[in-house]
Amino acid sequence: MTTPVRVGPYSMRPAPRALVVSLALVAASVALALVAISTGEFTVPVADIVTALFGQGTPVAELIVSQLRAPRVVTGLAVGAAFGLSGAIFQSLTRNPLGSPDFIGFTAGAATGGVLAVVMGGTAVQIAAGSMFGCVISAVLVYALAFRRGVQGYRLVLVGIGVNAVLLAADNYLLTKANINDAANAGAWLNGSLSGRGWDHALPVAIALAVLVPVCCAVSRPLRMMEMGDDAARAVGIRVEPVRAAAIVAGVLLCGVATAAAGPVMFVAMAAPQLARRLTRSPGVTLIASALTGAVLLTAADLAAQRLLAPTQLPVGVLTAAIGGTYLALLLRKDRR
Amino acid sequence: MARLTGSDLTLAYEQRVVASSLNVEIPDESFTVIIGPNACGKSTLLRALARMLRPKTGAVHLDGSVITSLPSKEVARRLGLLPQTSIVPDGITVADLVARGRYPHQRLMRQWSKADEVAVASAMAATDVTSLSERIVDELSGGQRQRVWLAMALAQETPILLLDEPTTYLDISHQIEVLDLCADLHEQGRTMVAVLHDLNQACRYATHLIVMRDGVLVAEGEPAAVMTPDLVEQVFDLRCEIIADPQSGTPLIVPEARRRARTPVAH
Amino acid sequence: MTAPPLAGTAKTEPSAATRGRSAVLAAGLLAALGLLVLVALLSVALGARSVPLSTVLTAFTAPDGSSDHTVIRELRVPRTILGLGVGAALGLAGALMQSLTRNPLADPGLLGINQGAALGATIAIGLLGLTNPAVYVWFAFAGAALASALAYALGSAARSGASPVRLALAGVALGMVFTAVSSAILRMDSQAFDRMRFWLTGSLAAQTSDVIIRLVPFMAVGIALGLLLAKPLNALALGEEAGRALGVAVGRTRVLTAVAVTLLCGAATAGAGPLWFVGLAVPHAVRAVVGPDQRWLLPYAAVLAPVLLLGADIVGRVIATPGEVQVGIMCAVVGAPVFILLARRRRLAAL
Repeated sequence: MTTPVRVGPYSMRPAPRALVVSLALVAASVALALVAISTGEFTVPVADIVTALFGQGTPVAELIVSQLRAPRVVTGLAVGAAFGLSGAIFQSLTRNPLGSPDFIGFTAGAATGGVLAVVMGGTAVQIAAGSMFGCVISAVLVYALAFRRGVQGYRLVLVGIGVNAVLLAADNYLLTKANINDAANAGAWLNGSLSGRGWDHALPVAIALAVLVPVCCAVSRPLRMMEMGDDAARAVGIRVEPVRAAAIVAGVLLCGVATAAAGPVMFVAMAAPQLARRLTRSPGVTLIASALTGAVLLTAADLAAQRLLAPTQLPVGVLTAAIGGTYLALLLRKDRR
Repeated sequence: MARLTGSDLTLAYEQRVVASSLNVEIPDESFTVIIGPNACGKSTLLRALARMLRPKTGAVHLDGSVITSLPSKEVARRLGLLPQTSIVPDGITVADLVARGRYPHQRLMRQWSKADEVAVASAMAATDVTSLSERIVDELSGGQRQRVWLAMALAQETPILLLDEPTTYLDISHQIEVLDLCADLHEQGRTMVAVLHDLNQACRYATHLIVMRDGVLVAEGEPAAVMTPDLVEQVFDLRCEIIADPQSGTPLIVPEARRRARTPVAH
Repeated sequence: MTAPPLAGTAKTEPSAATRGRSAVLAAGLLAALGLLVLVALLSVALGARSVPLSTVLTAFTAPDGSSDHTVIRELRVPRTILGLGVGAALGLAGALMQSLTRNPLADPGLLGINQGAALGATIAIGLLGLTNPAVYVWFAFAGAALASALAYALGSAARSGASPVRLALAGVALGMVFTAVSSAILRMDSQAFDRMRFWLTGSLAAQTSDVIIRLVPFMAVGIALGLLLAKPLNALALGEEAGRALGVAVGRTRVLTAVAVTLLCGAATAGAGPLWFVGLAVPHAVRAVVGPDQRWLLPYAAVLAPVLLLGADIVGRVIATPGEVQVGIMCAVVGAPVFILLARRRRLAAL
């Protein structure tokens, strides 16, 4: 039991570990952002970053900071947070780490929509629209197919895996039918990448987060209760259906908007909530810590993707998969209970 | 008029009607036990009374209002439920799980009041799980875990508490322990409603019995008045003798020794 | 709530019912074999250029060197044999994995084994510049073996042994890492990417009979071993302790099953690329029909999986004439709806 903070009729019960972990994650993402913006082929001292952002620096520093590096970093942070939140929501709803959007077909739906746009030579906006559209369609499809006297977590995962398979096959089909250049572009996009992302990529994700994070905060406690089963949640006064509907809509939108900006970056949505849970040692899924973990994970991976094999630039999705996969494997190895 | 009533209820899952035109009244401050053979609709009735299941026709009333028209949190401050199956979140401690019962008393800006703390502490004391408070629920025995769930329902501090087969999966001493605890809660002034399988336990603890078969309310009233050999045969197809429980004086069902090894109820 | 068990009466004549069921299941298996032969013949006859079945027969009885006969002998027959072997291997491997892990989601694709094989091939083609399939299949094979060993080692690291969820998580994690490394290699070499994108989709068209002959022994041994494991796996299905109580050597059964799975998945993936879904969908469908008895489940899966694979391959060849749709795509398109239907219709029969 933790010490509560009470002021008059108001009281909070902050979990100290979760709070410390969250602050550390915020600090880590700021530090990563500064490193990513200041270092590289052209070094911009940290002190000059702010002046450059406000248009007071040298033209070169301004170009590099405001046009190239900052938007990429912001996109990375926002996309990572969105994937982390989306994954936390669906893992909580399905009570299953495999229930995250990257496995039950939502990310794949977004990917197929995006690839279709890439192969047809679409513009950035069309690609984003395609993946947003694909994500919503696939989510509706998965839920419709899994619906049978309510949606049960296990059945949702199974149906999602089925839909995922068809979508992956569709991606592959599009790749083999396209000419080699379009196929290579689509292949790169399918890995998930932050390279060349500008403010127009960052903005939609940031807006989505601004709107949907409050929604997530509102459903966070009811969602935790619902992890004990619908009846137990209803018994303590939770209106299960509206909470579930709001959570699903928020999760799908976050997944869609994130994929639209960065492509189907695998694993962040699955790994971030699992990592966050272990870092905060809290029971069940924690939404805000998952979002922060996602942001750190993706930004760190992007930094590594740019620098590791320089001058070869790896797509960030390759790194998130490699880092996230290895870490999860290590956790499984250590996690002897 | 009792606080919790159901009138003209038709209860169904999808198209399968379990019970129709059911009228039921839970006497205030009673320990009501619902009994009946398997699949008679007793758990369904309990779920309807706890607003887990919306009746096809008719309505459940709580304090005179249709229960589904009341805000869900408001209902949860008056009426608690121990569901038959709940899922233990991974890695949760006893104290944290019990604290979740305080949800209906909390708000965004009032997350952990003094009242919450007292309620949780006394719920854990009442169910004798205080010494387990930092243990992981997953690692407890079945009996301990059931006591923890009960503590969570108690922490909700509702004047009415509904329990769906609270003794299932428990051994005999834990069954008695849970029922004794329910009797204590009843004596403290709570209205208790439980679905039970064991007729003798039902007779011993209940102040009011509701006997069901095939979705129909066959009899209700005080155990001593209701429980007759004819009723048992009518409801359970079991011939028996009824004697006074040597400990409590309540009805004790002794099945007729017609065949070898025939028990009154499965489980 | 279940009805109380009825005493006496019903249990007097179980053996007759069981015998009757066995007869039905045996007849069903024969029918499935018949279906397999039919599909195999169709696979030889149909394609971008379809030939009548009589020509198929004369291609073997009296080859005249005509182009039809050449196509049949050089392309269609090896392709069909590959389909038979890969299908049987994946179906059986999926059934074995689901039974061993007691995880209904176990599948060579989900547990990272196919991705391991793909990584092996990618290293051979992309890094080492090998172009001869007869050489790079060995890398794929090694990758599959490594992946299944790793997945199992990670999944079983807990004291309690390999729990289903752990195993699935471990497999997914490994699959991700393998795929990531493969992608990184392919990013650096666009020629390799061009070659690999067809193999990575899963295709029966990519291999010569030379390669296929090298794979057949592995598949044959894996299939034989897998079928022999039916009885101990039946006992293990009740749980490890129940299995041990029934006298099953739990450790040995696990190791042998893992060996069989590795042989089957490695050979299948090396031959046809990382196909998935066959190993997941077919055992589920079979289990829904024949029940959980491994002695029937395993042979049924081994016979019906190639029916699905070859059927999908034929459809892929016919609908896109003169080109073709890769069998990996067709498998997902054909198998996924069946799988979703099953997931909807029932609580998937317990393992």
